[in-house]
Amino acid sequence: MSKDEKKPNVKSISEEYKYGFKTKEKYKFKSDKGLTEEIVRAISEFKKEPEWMLEFRLKAYRAFKKMPMPWWGNTELLNTVDFENIHYYIKPEKDHKKSWDDVPEEIKETFDKLGIPEVERKFLAGVTAQYESEVVYHSIKKEFEKLGIVFLDMDSALKEYPDLVKKYFGTVIPIHDNKFAALNSAVWSGGSFIYVPKGVKVETPLQAYFRINAQNMGQFERTLIIADEGSDVHYIEGCSAPVYSSDSLHAAVVEVIALKGARIRYSTIQNWSNNVYNLVTKRAVAYENATVEWVDGNIGAKFTMKYPAIFLKGENAHAEVLSVALAGDDQHQDSGAKVFHLAPNTTSRIVSKSISTGTGRASYRGWIKVNKGMKNCKSDVRCDALIFGKSRSDTYPRMEVYEPTTKLTHEATVSKIQEDQLFYLMSRGLSEDEASTMIINGFFEPFTKELPMEYAVEFNRLVSMEMEGSIG
Amino acid sequence: MSKFFEIKNLKVSIGDKNIISDLNLTLDKGTISTIMGKNGIGKSTLAYAIMGHPLYQTEGEVFLEGTEILSLPVHKRAQTGIFLGFQHPIEVPGVTVVKFLQQAYKALKGNIDYTKFQKSLSEWMEFLNIDKSFLYRYLNEGFSGGEKKKLETLQLLLFNPKLAILDEPDSGLDVDALKIVGQGIKKARENGTTVLLITHYQKLLDFLEVDKVFVLNDGKIAIEGDKSLAETIEKHGYDFVLAKA
Repeated sequence: MSKDEKKPNVKSISEEYKYGFKTKEKYKFKSDKGLTEEIVRAISEFKKEPEWMLEFRLKAYRAFKKMPMPWWGNTELLNTVDFENIHYYIKPEKDHKKSWDDVPEEIKETFDKLGIPEVERKFLAGVTAQYESEVVYHSIKKEFEKLGIVFLDMDSALKEYPDLVKKYFGTVIPIHDNKFAALNSAVWSGGSFIYVPKGVKVETPLQAYFRINAQNMGQFERTLIIADEGSDVHYIEGCSAPVYSSDSLHAAVVEVIALKGARIRYSTIQNWSNNVYNLVTKRAVAYENATVEWVDGNIGAKFTMKYPAIFLKGENAHAEVLSVALAGDDQHQDSGAKVFHLAPNTTSRIVSKSISTGTGRASYRGWIKVNKGMKNCKSDVRCDALIFGKSRSDTYPRMEVYEPTTKLTHEATVSKIQEDQLFYLMSRGLSEDEASTMIINGFFEPFTKELPMEYAVEFNRLVSMEMEGSIG
Repeated sequence: MSKFFEIKNLKVSIGDKNIISDLNLTLDKGTISTIMGKNGIGKSTLAYAIMGHPLYQTEGEVFLEGTEILSLPVHKRAQTGIFLGFQHPIEVPGVTVVKFLQQAYKALKGNIDYTKFQKSLSEWMEFLNIDKSFLYRYLNEGFSGGEKKKLETLQLLLFNPKLAILDEPDSGLDVDALKIVGQGIKKARENGTTVLLITHYQKLLDFLEVDKVFVLNDGKIAIEGDKSLAETIEKHGYDFVLAKA
């Protein structure tokens, strides 16, 4: 059986033009390459930050200088990160925009090319978007204001709600957590800040888009979400980036706090271009009866290290991590989840799904910990990997259980697309590519069904674009 | 004029193992025929090979309305108008029945008119007594034997192929499900589908009033006859009819 037509490798073409556009770079301020104490001070001064934030940054800067690189994961790739060859701060020329009309045409165009408009139109009023290292437009739905919801970029939040930010900033992920968290703490810029007051349930998901554009520019956004008692919020971020030639570092920090009885869902679709190092620290704490859900999809980036974590600190708190990864040629997706059961009767569920093709590599790295005395905790972990060709898939589960009443399950499967599945679908008129795409979309279905429709469609489209030409 | 469906000197093997050595067969348009034969004689192999399962190597020629299909990839064979009803339909996790049906319909028809598709789908589901909730389950995953066979029959009616090769559509069915599947096949023929049936059971053959009976043995069609041949087999067994051939 031969393919009726030889398809060009769409992926290699797409690397040239898929997101291969760059709008002209206009900057008000651009720091020199490399990181010094002076640059850290300059960033803080430029942003007119309070003294405590400068101190926080400086402390973090010193920690960053001292701390070693992670000694695990793909150290070969990690050690190619050249901290001296990165601009740590760039401020776009345009200032804050409140409404969509005021957003510069070329930026709109960029979002357009990323296929965002559908979502934009619908949710525009509630969107925070980040261009370069800073937010360029921002508008808040009136109803949000009425309900007391704060949804700002982090820089504005620091100005407008200094006490609230100070109370929680850096409390979930301390400066010394890891080298990249320290770096982010020193040079962070942009990101989202969300506060949902007691008992408020936000029906509309809050959304933000991030992208990087400048050559050799690091992106260090910082996100903090606080859901007060009994509240409920869903935050969605989608990332996509244009293609450029030299490596780019993305080291974000995301802190999430679900107070008593609150529920937070944080969804991400990450599609950085294939030269980005995506080294993100995401962590949540869940108090009594609270639920935190990470829904995390990684399609792009050359190298991802991301393990959304949840600390279950109150009784009956629940953690949910649903992560998917697609590793194509020359990509390494090292992702997973961590849940620490720090209170009795807490439960967690982790589902991880990965696909690797070509020379791609997908790793699952998980860590479940149950402390002694934390009675009747329950954790279910499931990892499924689908591999094509000579690609590679690894699983590194770590289970630390010090409490005998714990119920823990771990299931892992590694498989290839079954010939019989392909045959069945092809016997119904689908070409081999169409059949494979259908099977793959089905494989990711537990993830996509959790996404709002537009995102699910976009995700499936991204996956089929990535998969084209890599099957068969 | 060329024949509706014709198999000429077909040879099928898996690796070194030859399963069908020299098979010739023709079907007239609009008929229902059955291929019978002992277990393991190669009936399913024949069905899979015609559809193009990659496990089998084939030689010879197979024509549907003058188009030679053995040189085509599987999906092109389907698009030419051949449908294979699976004895054991394959599970595809995460793909909903409705999504699958839509995409297949589109692939087979070249385009899809959603209004027409919806209408046709609802009609056939009602005809086969299939509940709406069925559409949102994952393809064949966790289906009972009866549900799987009903879904195959639903596809048969919805896609309305020129030729349907049905591999034991009656196996593992209770009386009620058997009746529904039988009615589905009958309906398909009324709608213009030519049927080639693989079965062991007289019951379905009686119900469908088959036109032709082929007995497969030793890699080829050993005997060809009308429905009385099936009755003789039912009564006396394969060895009896084969000895007489």
